[in-house]
Amino acid sequence: MSIDPRSAITTPLPATVTGNKALQIEEPLIFEQDSPGRSGVDLPEPPAFEDRLGGLGRTTPLGLPGLSEPQVVRHFTRLSQKNYAIDAGIFPLGSCTMKHNPRLNEKMARLPGFGDIHPLQPVSTVQGALAVMDALAHWLKTLTGLPAVALPPAAGAHGEFCGMMTIRAAHAAAGEGRMRVLVPESAHGTNPATAAALGYRVESIPANARGRVDLAALKAKLGSDVAAIMVTNPNTCGLFENEIVEIAEATHKAGAYFYCDGANFNAIVGKVRPADLGIDVMHINLHKTFSTPHGGGGPGSGPVALAAALAPFAPLPWVVSGPHGFELVETVDGATARSIGRLKAFHGQMGMFVRALTYMLSHGGDGLKQVSEDAVLNANYLLARLQGALTPAFPGGPCMHEALFDDTFLDGTDVSTLDLAKALIDEGFHPTTIYFPLVVHGAMLMEPTETESKASLDQFADAILALVRRAKGGDAASFHAAPRLSPRRRLDETRAARAPVLRWRPPAPKQAAE
Amino acid sequence: MRYLPLTPTDRKAMLAAIGVRSVDELFRDVPKTARLASPLALPDHQGEIEVEREMAALAARNVPAGAAISFLGAGAYRHHVPAAVDAIIQRGEFLTSYTPYQPEISQGTLQYLFEFQTQVALLTGMEVANASMYDGATACAEAVLMARRVTRRPKVVISGNLHPHWRDTVATMTRFTDAALDIAPPMPTGSKDLAARVDSDTACVVVQNPDAFGRLSDLSPLAERCHAAGALLVVAVTEVVSLGAIRPPGEMGADIVVAEGQSIGNGLNFGGPYLGLFATREKYVRQMPGRLCGETVDADGKRGFVLTLSTREQHIRREKATSNICTNSGLCALAFTVHATLLGSEGLARLARLNHYKAVKLAEYLAGVPGIRVLNDTFFNEFTVELPKAAAPVVEKLAARCIFAGVPASRLWPGVKGLENLLLVAVTETSHKNQMMTFAGALSEALR
Repeated sequence: MSIDPRSAITTPLPATVTGNKALQIEEPLIFEQDSPGRSGVDLPEPPAFEDRLGGLGRTTPLGLPGLSEPQVVRHFTRLSQKNYAIDAGIFPLGSCTMKHNPRLNEKMARLPGFGDIHPLQPVSTVQGALAVMDALAHWLKTLTGLPAVALPPAAGAHGEFCGMMTIRAAHAAAGEGRMRVLVPESAHGTNPATAAALGYRVESIPANARGRVDLAALKAKLGSDVAAIMVTNPNTCGLFENEIVEIAEATHKAGAYFYCDGANFNAIVGKVRPADLGIDVMHINLHKTFSTPHGGGGPGSGPVALAAALAPFAPLPWVVSGPHGFELVETVDGATARSIGRLKAFHGQMGMFVRALTYMLSHGGDGLKQVSEDAVLNANYLLARLQGALTPAFPGGPCMHEALFDDTFLDGTDVSTLDLAKALIDEGFHPTTIYFPLVVHGAMLMEPTETESKASLDQFADAILALVRRAKGGDAASFHAAPRLSPRRRLDETRAARAPVLRWRPPAPKQAAE
Repeated sequence: MRYLPLTPTDRKAMLAAIGVRSVDELFRDVPKTARLASPLALPDHQGEIEVEREMAALAARNVPAGAAISFLGAGAYRHHVPAAVDAIIQRGEFLTSYTPYQPEISQGTLQYLFEFQTQVALLTGMEVANASMYDGATACAEAVLMARRVTRRPKVVISGNLHPHWRDTVATMTRFTDAALDIAPPMPTGSKDLAARVDSDTACVVVQNPDAFGRLSDLSPLAERCHAAGALLVVAVTEVVSLGAIRPPGEMGADIVVAEGQSIGNGLNFGGPYLGLFATREKYVRQMPGRLCGETVDADGKRGFVLTLSTREQHIRREKATSNICTNSGLCALAFTVHATLLGSEGLARLARLNHYKAVKLAEYLAGVPGIRVLNDTFFNEFTVELPKAAAPVVEKLAARCIFAGVPASRLWPGVKGLENLLLVAVTETSHKNQMMTFAGALSEALR
């Protein structure tokens, strides 16, 4: 078969009649596919009976649309095809650790022995679940070097809340009313928000010219009214805080605790133990370092590793070993008298515990060390490939698991960091994290993770380099128009916020013509 | 190692490109004293076969609820989840995507969140809902914090019949704030004293419906009392399927509705991950916590969706944010949306009727067991029975026969006098008549 040369595109194509573009299919809302009375579930209708609702039965219609199973499956399949995902390609979002999610983890979480157990079953019937929690805590204790782990927090920010609350409770128990918390200006927004939610006054610590905490400025701010410092390490500039031991010493000398945001644990897992750096408490995002899926924004899981002085304040429940196996301590009493109490219903994100433990068993201690080494190697390789054309935010040294660039290289091009990110979308990549951390102008933060191959990194780097050449060649217009090939082009966020439309409503009935 | 694509040759070439001799040179900023000198005491890596064997052995030490006869509820319910739900949520495009910060390539997630928010608003009878929270209990705590922001008042009245885990979560999350909690004692046969606790210092009243003992209440009078005093009414729902059969909180005057959404689309999973639902009135939307998805148009004028009103959130507002929350329960929300879409109005109403019918039948069977009293006059799919002796040992005894009789009230309210003999019993569409008869018979024997 030969291809007719006349089929080569010489003029712009007309839009398709349907608005669809081959595999990209326009999909209405479920509410626009309603046929009253239709359902995708067959259930028996109970016989007539006398209800016990006390006259409180629902009288207004539910308003949910009626669809059959094939329509529902097609609807959500079409929606899925409008999403970028790690399964489809590199997802170099700095600070988010978008690594491959092993499918064995999913299979294990769906074993009936894990997926189909009720949180309030008699404890004798869930010994395996408690053993999973105990084993996960053991791995996390070993990897952090800290003696206790609180499993309940449901996400990273929830873990921050938990860890900072143990600090507040420990100081309260010691009769100390320390009310200041120091947070570097490069921190994740959750850090100051968490400290504020616990009633602390948040003060910012400046960064030095090398992108690290300014030790002298920190020392000047430390005092007897400081409860804690909250530091991310490696920090959000992708750099290891090389004065971390001095930071910890100064903090402890002032009687404050060292909280570490563990979002970037993937850079050092199996290689460095946070306790050996002087860290007292650190949350761990199981959905980052330990590969539980991000799921389009949750569910996450944020266990917290605690120093001995903070362990008595750990939230409920506690898993303890007793004469008849594992026990679940669910009340504040005796040994748990100083616990901060409950942070959520039941016992934590069990489904995530199973996935994370499966991941740990797959990698082993040796594999986890390889994970951090490959993650750091991949980021430095990207840095090496790009540093001639882009401007590293803190040149002159290696990065850890993520490489940070500022937008100096775009000076005079009329192309912004955002424009470049949107152009990457047309090239088939997910953009990097942009405009974070706030301390770097027009920041682009790239975290490839250890699960990208060299070929994948090369393809990504080649595309960025070509785009930068195009930007410098004066073609700003094509960047401003990007993305052109995605299911939607740039969306009007101002309009969305000015007059929020947060739900579907039935269209107003048409007036009959008179 | 199967998850790591770099080969030794790749690593060597990459180190050369970087200009270092070993990967350890890349870790040179780590203080020497903190570098591990020897491997940690952890096992080495393993293949799928070995890992699967080890995890399966742990799973085998649990008794799945589906392998027993189960009447467990109290905030977690075993419903049938259609096969299509898991097939959809396992699609990599949903499972392995991130928070939709780049909306042009996240319309799949954003559109289902818009559909989810609409479904939650419809079920609760409220005007707007957010894109979900960690679970019902944390949503409840966030509702209390929001009511305090709206009213700038300190006092929070909490029903004694609110699920104790939810009550305790509220207590923990407000512990280091100026909130003053006024917690009523549990009242298994009903409480009418909440309205009397409302005064001009009250930010909100938190009440559960059906309550933790399964009872239903008309909350309209309480809502009127709250509104007359300038306080908000927060209604908590632990069994969201109930909203298919009973008058929604929005119609009874609720200002904020928080619910556990696990029952629709999500399995038991030993208590998590679950799905917090959060709905309120339009006028409070800028005080809401959590993510919100909104409709807009793209550069071509086509309808699309984005995360919106993010000026409330921590990544913009830092210490001035409405909440420190940075995530929702995305995939659980997707499971909810798919299941609710499969059900439709017709299916959900029937599902709710079926649950209620089975509960009515079980209540009849148990009322026939000598010595047992059903305490509820009203209920949906869960009710409280009083046994002639302490419930916890009876539950243990029946568990040995693979019957999960229910949740002893003493597990939820340990040490509270007068509740030791009470048992919370839940039924769903998955329970069949034979199981209910077996349970009634076994209970009768255990009490002899």
